[in-house]
Amino acid sequence: MVQVGTSRVKKGMAEMQKGGVIMDVVNAEQARIAEAAGAVAVMALERVPSDIRAAGGVARMADLGIVEEVMKAVSIPVMAKARIGHFVEARVLEAMGVDYIDESEVLTPADDMFHINKKDFTVPFVCGARDLGEALRRIGEGASMIRTKGEPGTGNIVEAVRHMRTMQAQIRKVQSMSYDELMAEAKNLGAPYELLEYVHKNGKLPVVNFAAGGVATPSDAALMMQLGADGVFVGSGIFKSENPEKFARAIVEATTHYTDYDLIARVSKGLGTAMPGIEISKLREADRMQERGW
Amino acid sequence: MKIGVLALQGAVAEHIRMLEEVGATAVPVKKVEELDDLDGLVIPGGESTTISKLMHKYGFMEAIRQFGEAKKPIFGTCAGAILLANRINGQEDCHLGLMDMKVERNAFGRQKESFEVDLPVAGIAPDFPAVFIRAPYIMELGENGQVLAKYEDKIVAARQGHYLAAAFHPELTEDARIHKFFLDMVKEYRADKVQA
Repeated sequence: MVQVGTSRVKKGMAEMQKGGVIMDVVNAEQARIAEAAGAVAVMALERVPSDIRAAGGVARMADLGIVEEVMKAVSIPVMAKARIGHFVEARVLEAMGVDYIDESEVLTPADDMFHINKKDFTVPFVCGARDLGEALRRIGEGASMIRTKGEPGTGNIVEAVRHMRTMQAQIRKVQSMSYDELMAEAKNLGAPYELLEYVHKNGKLPVVNFAAGGVATPSDAALMMQLGADGVFVGSGIFKSENPEKFARAIVEATTHYTDYDLIARVSKGLGTAMPGIEISKLREADRMQERGW
Repeated sequence: MKIGVLALQGAVAEHIRMLEEVGATAVPVKKVEELDDLDGLVIPGGESTTISKLMHKYGFMEAIRQFGEAKKPIFGTCAGAILLANRINGQEDCHLGLMDMKVERNAFGRQKESFEVDLPVAGIAPDFPAVFIRAPYIMELGENGQVLAKYEDKIVAARQGHYLAAAFHPELTEDARIHKFFLDMVKEYRADKVQA
């Protein structure tokens, strides 16, 4: 019997992205640059996160004209963002044929209590998380891929590092726990018990875990890979840099060869200026996108 | 038997797990020198455009062609099958061009049309759980090729001498029969070489 959009098919799609770089693009031209540089997928957006931050107001699903333009421009998978809890935006993106939906804190949440029931969809979802509990809640709702939230549009890697380190430390702790401790830990983390049991047995999340939110240089990408990321999302980091083509190629190479420092040094030379960064403490509480999501 | 898994991008760990399960020594391959002491190679699923770019950049195109011409078995899954083909529908050039076949990329539609189905695979399994993810298919197979599996009349697995290609992903299942089959191919060709 043929089964479409099974959990294995959705998670498998994310497995195929491992070791790769997913790049934010806002038009066909950027999408082609990303594909030519070796991106494994592109995220079609109206504005990159740093511009969303600058524009303020309500950030919604992208103009579908842009999504369609990007889908026509490249043969690699195309992702798009829906607002947290906005299952109609997600259904519309699914109907358009996007390959992956990011239920994303970069957009203004549509629901301040609940996320989308992602199990109902045949298209896979990626969601952001800051710690193990949040990651397992999203997987419990049907997410097929997790990424750190970091702090999008800042070009500052510190939050992504914190989120990845937190998650990995919690995974190690759960792995070494005795069985009697698991239920109480599920309660502490706010995580579904069965998924925590999986982490205990396997020492990893049941889905692929990427880094996102602040990656701006090849070294940032390699750092996240060494901290345990399966791959990297780069939002504003490429097309807000001085030389997007060079930055894109260099970040792809540094992600593949993340422990080869000679190679990273070589690809990092003469790149020009990276995107402008923002110090996290300078952000007002209300401007911290990572606080969105429940 | 030591089998490498090309580790530039894609589902590398899954192939390593399966190869170890059937009794091979499996290692990731990121540099061309690492091909030297291998008996066989797996080119995994991933994004074929990405893997191909990195292969060109690091000299893998020529190195893997030589590896194949030395009669060392190569198994390509999904993107790996595209990389092995000598013709790609709608494109002028191919990648490795080691297998005489024409492939079509993303032949079953976009991700939301991706699916799994039990398929008979000739000489391997009557009911192999085949996972198709934005999968290609083999439109034409050269006369030296042998069809191993079809889905809706489309060729989705084939062998040509010491080359093996699957449009689906055996590495995403718990079923190691295709990896066992590949390991047997590797043993067979290695035995031939030792005799010669």
